[in-house]
Amino acid sequence: MKELLKKLSETYGPSGREAQIARVIREEIKDYVDETYTDNMGNLYAVKKGNGAKIMVAAHMDEIGMIVTHLDDKGFLRFSNVGGLSPHVLLGQRVIFANGSQGTIGMEKLEELNKLTLEKLFIDIGATTKEEASKYVKVGDIATYHREVAVVGNRMIGKAMDNRAGCAVLVKAIQELAITDNEVYAVFTSQEEVGLRGSRVSTYRINPDLGLAVDVTMVGDTPEAPTMSVSLGKGPTVKIKDASVICHPRLKEMLSEIAEKNEIPYQYEVLTAGGTDAGAIHLTKEGIPAGVISIPCRYVHTPGEMVDLEDLEHALKLLKAFLSAPLEMREIFPCHLE
Amino acid sequence: MEIKRFLKDICEAPGVSGYEEYVAKVVRAAFCSHVDEVRQDRMGNVVFLKKGSSSAERRPRILLAAHMDEIGLMVTKIEEGGFLRFSAVGGIDPRTIVGQEVILYGREKLPGVIGVKPPHLVPAEELGKGHKMEDLHIDIALTEERVRKLVSVGDLALIRRELIQLAGNTVAAKAMDDRAGVAVLLSCLQELERLRHEADVYAVATVQEEVGVRGAAMATYGIVPDLGIAVDVTHGEMPGVLEHEACKLGKGPGITVGPNIHTKISEEIIRVAKEYRLPYQLEAFPGPTGTDARAIQVTRGGIPTGLLSIPLRYMHTSVELLDMDDLKLSGRLLAYFIASVDLEFVEGLSCC
Amino acid sequence: MLLKRLSEASGASGDEGEVRSLLKEELALHAEEVTTDALGNLYFKKGIGRKPRVMVVAHMDEVGLMVVGYEKSGLLRVAKVGSIDDRVLASKVVAIGKDRVPGVIGAKAVHLQKPDERTKAIKIDNLYIDLGVRSQEEAEKLVKIGDYGTFTVTAREAGDNCLIGKAFDNRAGCAVLAELLKEEFALELNAVFTVQEEVGLRGAGVAAYRLHPDLALVIETTAAADVVGSKESAYVTKLGDGPALTLMDSTYIAPQQIVDLVVETAEKLNIPYQFRRLTTAGTDAGIISQTHAGILSAVISIPCRYIHSPASIINLDDWQNTLRLARGILNAVAEGGLRLEGIA
Repeated sequence: MKELLKKLSETYGPSGREAQIARVIREEIKDYVDETYTDNMGNLYAVKKGNGAKIMVAAHMDEIGMIVTHLDDKGFLRFSNVGGLSPHVLLGQRVIFANGSQGTIGMEKLEELNKLTLEKLFIDIGATTKEEASKYVKVGDIATYHREVAVVGNRMIGKAMDNRAGCAVLVKAIQELAITDNEVYAVFTSQEEVGLRGSRVSTYRINPDLGLAVDVTMVGDTPEAPTMSVSLGKGPTVKIKDASVICHPRLKEMLSEIAEKNEIPYQYEVLTAGGTDAGAIHLTKEGIPAGVISIPCRYVHTPGEMVDLEDLEHALKLLKAFLSAPLEMREIFPCHLE
Repeated sequence: MEIKRFLKDICEAPGVSGYEEYVAKVVRAAFCSHVDEVRQDRMGNVVFLKKGSSSAERRPRILLAAHMDEIGLMVTKIEEGGFLRFSAVGGIDPRTIVGQEVILYGREKLPGVIGVKPPHLVPAEELGKGHKMEDLHIDIALTEERVRKLVSVGDLALIRRELIQLAGNTVAAKAMDDRAGVAVLLSCLQELERLRHEADVYAVATVQEEVGVRGAAMATYGIVPDLGIAVDVTHGEMPGVLEHEACKLGKGPGITVGPNIHTKISEEIIRVAKEYRLPYQLEAFPGPTGTDARAIQVTRGGIPTGLLSIPLRYMHTSVELLDMDDLKLSGRLLAYFIASVDLEFVEGLSCC
Repeated sequence: MLLKRLSEASGASGDEGEVRSLLKEELALHAEEVTTDALGNLYFKKGIGRKPRVMVVAHMDEVGLMVVGYEKSGLLRVAKVGSIDDRVLASKVVAIGKDRVPGVIGAKAVHLQKPDERTKAIKIDNLYIDLGVRSQEEAEKLVKIGDYGTFTVTAREAGDNCLIGKAFDNRAGCAVLAELLKEEFALELNAVFTVQEEVGLRGAGVAAYRLHPDLALVIETTAAADVVGSKESAYVTKLGDGPALTLMDSTYIAPQQIVDLVVETAEKLNIPYQFRRLTTAGTDAGIISQTHAGILSAVISIPCRYIHSPASIINLDDWQNTLRLARGILNAVAEGGLRLEGIA
C-alpha cells in the first residue's frame, strides 16, 4: 500500500488532464479485470464481470492545480485555480507541469498578507523572456504541486492524497477482490475537484444498481480545528451527509453492519461543506442509491495532506467485504411500500 | 380524508430530507383510496397514478410534484458532557431555533432543548449579534455515557411543534413547506373524483427538495410526463417584505410566470381560473425557481412546466403560517386545469 | 445585415420568440428539418444520416428585465433576467412585452441628491420603468406581470470595422451559426439556437439530450477587457485579436485534443486566435459536455467590450475570423481530424 500510494501521489494529474495518472493506474489493474476503457471526459473504467448486482465504485483521480492564463514579456506566468486553492498555501510552493517543467510561486509587493489573492501571484519557471517561457509552457497548461511523499510513523504526507488515497484503496481492492457474483465497475473519475463531472457521465454510462464513492474527508482532531467528529487513525468513515449527497440510509446501515461483522473500526461522518462523486452518482437517471467510504485526511488541498496507513488498510478491508457480499437489490432497496 | 386533519398529520410527522420514509407512509395511507397505482422508487419518491378516462392508446401524462421532505438538524459531534453539536439539513436560520424544544431521533425518541445562555451571563456586546449554528448545542439532559449509547453522529432532530389553529382559517405548523403542497395534491385528487379527465395523473410526493431539488429530477426522469406542475409554497406578505415579492394570504394560489414556466401552461391555468372564478395571484420570477419546477423543466429532452404556490409566512421556521382557503383553492384550480388538458394541448407544447 | 437585425431583436431568457422567428424565416430553406422543443430551442438539421453528427450551438437569449410589480403611480417594478450590473440600468430606454411598449428607466435628478447619495450605486430596488402613465390601472392595460423588457438600441457601425449595439452576447454567435448553416459540410450538421443560457444553461442540456451528437461546437461571445486601467493579464480577450478559445471556465475544461484541434486548425488556415484568459463564468458547453455519457465539446468566442450592457462593441474582423475558424473546425472534423471517443 505504501509504495502504491507514493507512486500515485507523486504522479501528475490535475482536473481535465488526467491522462498520466490514468496510465499509471491502468498498469496496476489491467491484469486483474475483464476490461478497461476510457471516455470523452477522461474517466478510466475497469470492469469485473458478474451476473449479480451492478456496483459502481468511484475514486476520483484528479487533483487540484493551477492553469496558466498569461505569459508576460519577462517570462512570468499568471495563473488561475483548478479546484479549491488557497493563495496563502501557494506561497513559496514548487510546481510542475505535464512535461516536467518546474517553477516556483512568487508574489507581488503586498502591504497586507490577508489581502493576498491569486491575481497577485505568479509562477516563475526561470525564463527571462516570453519566447523562452513559451518553449516550456503554453497558456492553458496546468501545473500541480511538486512534492515527494514522506512517511512519518504510520502516516504519509504528500500532495494529492485527495484522492490518490482513495485510488490506492480501490486499486488494491481490485487486485485482491475474491470471486463474487457482483458485476463491479471501478471508475477512476476525472474532474471531481471542479464539480463531480467525471462521475456524472460515467454513472450515466454504467447505470449501476448502486454506487459507492471512495474519497478522503476532513478531520476535527487537530488543534483548534472546526467542530467535526472524524479523527485520523480511527478507521475509515461511513458518510452520512455532505453538501452534495445524503447517503442512502440503507447503504449506510449496510456498510456499518459489514464493518461491525468484520471488526473493522469505522466512524460516522457528517461533512457540512464540500461534496464527493456520490453527489453526482445518486442524481443520475431515476436515482441510484449511493454511499461513501472516506479516508480521514488532514490539511486537505495543501501539499502536505496527511493520511494514516491503518485507515487505508481498514478502508480496503471494508470495501472488499462490501463488494464481495451478495446483494439482493429487491430485498435491500425495496421499490414498493410494504 | 378531511384536508386539515391530513395537513396536521403530515406536518407533525418527521421526514427530514433523505429520511422521508415515515411521512411517506402517512401520505400513502391518505392517498391510496383515490388512486389506481402506488409505487416508491429507490430514492423514496412516492408515485401515485390516477388513470385518465380516455380510452385512446395515448393519454396525456401529467406529473404533479410536491415535496414531502422538511428541513431539520443533524448531529455532527458528541461533545464532552454529552452535549450535541449539529448542522442544518436544508436552509435554517440559526436565530430561529434558540430556545426551542426538539425531538432527537436517536436509538429512541429523546426530548431535548436547544439551550441558550441566560441574558445575565451574556456580555453586552454579544446581545446585538445573532447566534451561529456552530455555537449552539442540543441538550438531552443525560450523562455523556448514556448519550453515547443512545445517540450517534448523523442522528436527526426536529423542532417539536404541533399544528396550531389560529383565527379564522389560518393555521401554523412546522414543515408546511411543503406538506401544504402535498395536501393540495390530495385535495386535487379528491376533486378529480367528480371530474372527467383525459390525462393520466402522476401525483408524486418528492424527496430531498430542500437540499437541492433532487427527488423531483429523478422522479421526472422515470415518469417522462408530457407536462409537470410543481406545487410549493411562496412568501406571504408581511412587514419588511416588498409588496411585489410576496403574495397575499387568502387570495388564492400564486401562478408563476417566467423562464422556468411554459407560457402555454401558465396561460391555461389562468384561463381555467377565470372560467371557474377562482382567485389567483401572479408571481413573476426571472430565472429558475427554487422549487421542484427547476428540476422538472430540464429533465431529459425538456418538460413543459408550471408552478402553483400557496402563500405562506415565516418560511423555514417552525411556525409557518397559511390560510386553509388557499390550500383548497389550489387543489380545485389544479383539478380543473387537469380536466382541461387533452392530447391536442400537450402536443401544442413542444413548439412555442 | 443579419447580425444587426439579430442584435436589435428582443429576446431575454425565456422570451426568445422574436429571435426564433427571425432565424426560422432566414434559415428554413437551408435545412432539411426544422424543429423546436418545449423550452423553445430551435433546431436545424442538414446532411441527415451523415457521420459524424455534430451539434453547433449558439444561444439566442440575452440578459434583460422582467416586470414583477406595479406602483400605485403606474411605475413598474422590475427584476433582472440574467446577470446585469445594476449600475448600467439608469437612464436607459427599454421596450416591454410582445407589443414592445416603450419605457424609460429614470433616475433621481442629480440636483435633488444629497452629496453622500451621489457616490453610491443605484440599485435596482430604487429603479423603475416609467411608461408615461399616471396610474397602476393605466399601466396594467399596457403591460402584464411577467412581461419581459430589453434595451432599445440600434446597431450601428463605428470605428475600424466595429459594431456598436446590444445583445452581441450572443447574437454575434447566432449570426456565425446562421452563416455556417448556409454552407455545405461533409457531416450531419445540427445547428441549435438555444434558450435560457443566461439564467443557467437551461436550454442546451435539453438540446444535447435530444440530439446526442458526437461533438458539440459552441459559438459564444465573451468579454474583452482590453481597456484603459486594466492590466494585460486581466484582459480576458483583446478586441481584434481574433476568436478566443476557452481553455477552462466554471463549468468546463477543454480536453487536450480539443485544444490541439482548434489551435492546429487556426494555424493551418492562418486565422488569428487567442485564448480566453478568464477561468470563471460558463457556457452551454458546461452542460453539454456532461450530458449522456459525456459529449466532446469545444467553445470559441467573439470578443466583445462592455458585454451585458446596452452599449457594447465587437470587431467585425473578429466575427469573420470566428466564422472562418468554425468552418475550419467543421471541415477538419469531417475529414476525421478528431478521435471522438477515449482520451487516455
